Amino acid sequence: MTDSALATVLIAMIGGAIRVSTPFMFVALGETITEKSGRINLGLEGTLVLGAMVAYMTSYKTGSPWLGVLGAGCVGMALGALHGAVCRLPRVNDVAIGIAMMSFGVGLAFFFGKPYIQPTAPRLPSVPIGEWIGAPPALRVALDVNPLFLVGIAIAIFLWWAFKNTRWGLILRTTGDSAPAARAMGIPVDFVRFLATSAGGFLAGVAGAFLSLYYPGSWNEGLSSGQGLMAVALVIFARWDPLKCVIAALLFGAAGALGPSLQSIGITSGYYFFNAAPYILTLLIMIASAGSKRAMRDVPGELSMSR
Amino acid sequence: MTAAISTYASMPKPAARLATAPSLEAINMTKRFGSFTALDNVTMEVPAGQFHALLGENGAGKSTLVKCIMGFYHADEGDIRLNGREIKVGNPKDARANGIGMVYQHFTLVPSLTAAENLVINRADAPAVINWAAEKRRLEAFLETMPFRVPLDTPVSALAAGEKQKLEILKLLYLDQRFMILDEPTSVLTPGEADEILGLLKQMALKKEITVVIITHKFREVTQFADAVTVLRRGKHVGGGLVSELTTDQMARMMIGDTPIRATAERKAVPHDKPVLDLAGLYAEDQEGLPAIDGLNLTVHGGEIVGIAGVSGNGQSELVEVLSGQRPLQDGQITIHGQQFVPTRDHYDKFKVFGLPEEPLRNATVPRMTVAENMAFRAYDKPPMSVGWWLTPGPMRARARELIKAYRVKTTSPESPIENLSGGNVQRAVLARELSGSVDVLIVANPCFGLDFASVADIRAQIMEQRNRGAAVLLVSEDLDEVLELADRVAVMSEGKINYVSPVSATDRHTIGQYMAGH
Repeated sequence: MTDSALATVLIAMIGGAIRVSTPFMFVALGETITEKSGRINLGLEGTLVLGAMVAYMTSYKTGSPWLGVLGAGCVGMALGALHGAVCRLPRVNDVAIGIAMMSFGVGLAFFFGKPYIQPTAPRLPSVPIGEWIGAPPALRVALDVNPLFLVGIAIAIFLWWAFKNTRWGLILRTTGDSAPAARAMGIPVDFVRFLATSAGGFLAGVAGAFLSLYYPGSWNEGLSSGQGLMAVALVIFARWDPLKCVIAALLFGAAGALGPSLQSIGITSGYYFFNAAPYILTLLIMIASAGSKRAMRDVPGELSMSR
Repeated sequence: MTAAISTYASMPKPAARLATAPSLEAINMTKRFGSFTALDNVTMEVPAGQFHALLGENGAGKSTLVKCIMGFYHADEGDIRLNGREIKVGNPKDARANGIGMVYQHFTLVPSLTAAENLVINRADAPAVINWAAEKRRLEAFLETMPFRVPLDTPVSALAAGEKQKLEILKLLYLDQRFMILDEPTSVLTPGEADEILGLLKQMALKKEITVVIITHKFREVTQFADAVTVLRRGKHVGGGLVSELTTDQMARMMIGDTPIRATAERKAVPHDKPVLDLAGLYAEDQEGLPAIDGLNLTVHGGEIVGIAGVSGNGQSELVEVLSGQRPLQDGQITIHGQQFVPTRDHYDKFKVFGLPEEPLRNATVPRMTVAENMAFRAYDKPPMSVGWWLTPGPMRARARELIKAYRVKTTSPESPIENLSGGNVQRAVLARELSGSVDVLIVANPCFGLDFASVADIRAQIMEQRNRGAAVLLVSEDLDEVLELADRVAVMSEGKINYVSPVSATDRHTIGQYMAGH
């Protein structure tokens, strides 16, 4: 491999990290909000896929991709609300409901999405940051970023600040860490969790919109391939910290871009193996975090994995 | 959508900012649960600025009474009067609004939040966006006026038990709840810390700044700090009055009633010079991988009880778990009679090691299996209870009947699930199983926690009897009085180590307290 080929791979991976990371980031931030409230929503994979389908459909019908993003968020919020509402019933396990919601969301998306596999919908525009800052042409494509990427980073910074500095942030953390303490304070625990799961669903829906309207930028049934589930693992890796979620999402994005970028310089052997990089990464992260007792110290106390 | 949250936000501020201590009367309170009367026409009067003790055995109705005052339960009959005016307490928020607060046995602080965050979020009017610089200044100013303080920026999970208890009390004062109910507040504290905190509260009460109701079992705390007592038994008010006019004996009699109490077992002079159980350089980790037992050395001789005292959370539970095979030993050696002991079923039988762990329903029984089955755990795989691979229920049941009779276990039948038994009877059933054979080593942890007087006396007598027969007894207890009553030697455990060992006759509560605090 020559120097220029290496540079090509690196640039492609940076560009890939930025492109591929956005859905990871949104789902992970949504899941962070939900898990901080003391509940796990494994159904975000279903929310992601349904969000992608609804965004594509809305964009195709209205001609406005941004309306598609909004629609995807609203559908995601509805799925999150359903999860939150079912979980407040007595003796209901949030993990089991999450798996059911995952199948439900994916099923709905496939059912209603059939007619939209062929047509082309208007896609989200990108912001040519590379051109603005006068970067060399090789970098320009990599620095064509989608506004949602920037919005995601802004949300992460906001959440990081809000968890510490707002009443809502403290209420959320209280609910997630000790339900008895929250009840003694008069906080409606189930309602807070309902809101948190809905908010998490909204962000996961938006993540779906990014998939179908920007990258890869079309609607088909193999669109997500488990990204919603990987994002849940990513939250554990990021130890429930929104800023670390961004870094972890970039890492996953770079891993996901490994296969295509190697292909771009002509290395095709092991293409499928390199494409599996994010999955292998997920597995390694799960093993590492299960082995490390220290990582478990940041787990919200009410989460079913810590009890 | 935001309705519930905004209700929380607009919760009534402590309306009448009570600058001084309020008085409270709970008059003719009755509370029934179905056909069971938990509280029967009980009256408790607490004048402003009094330090009032609420005494009674477990199940006497103390918690029911305070839960009615706090609004967790609705009394079927009776009134609550604050400063002579009748108030309605429909839920805990109402109690809060009236300046009535409670410190629960289990802390209601949020572990991952800092002390400052815990205080601010508990305030009814916590701002939507918190200006921490200003809040910190206000908190500092508030702490200046308080007799004790805690570090504001440390997460609560990193605070010691004593600091948590102080923070709970500071929380009540911060919220201006000047009628405070403390539910066994000193069970997690060293004697020194307990005296400090209760002493400071007493001073505040004397200055008429607060009124205190303390639920406790410890007569020492009653005689030292309380002005007056109310004694409950089986849901009824059975006595009370000024502490200065009562003796502890009178108070104890009110609490127990006419129940016959087994006399304290006699401590026979048995030779105890032969080391039996030897723990050498033990190391073990807690759930988070931090050292819980950190180089522990201790020897227990035959015919003696060694009592391990210490503030809970200093590795005592982990030590018992290591000895009963529930927690892996990182390093060190356990020997019995000079031979290496590994906590397996084989070795338990071989070395005649028996145990009564804390919370026996969780640690020593299978709650849904029958009393007979639970009693057979040590012997079900040996004749006569089994023939080869097959269990024989006949002898198992017969043996259970014998044990139930001998140890006076109250159960409807040997076939009922052990989880249906009361705490004292679960404890007796486990003791029956463990003590029915010959015992060389006995490991006991908090054996009398939450039991009534009669059961306590009974179980302590059984333990003493094993000692008199020559067993080496290791007693781990958070109740210092229990250690002082039963043990021949006391060992103090602090931060995973034994830092003090002394014959009970050659030490005192004060010295032990110093070592419990880690000095």
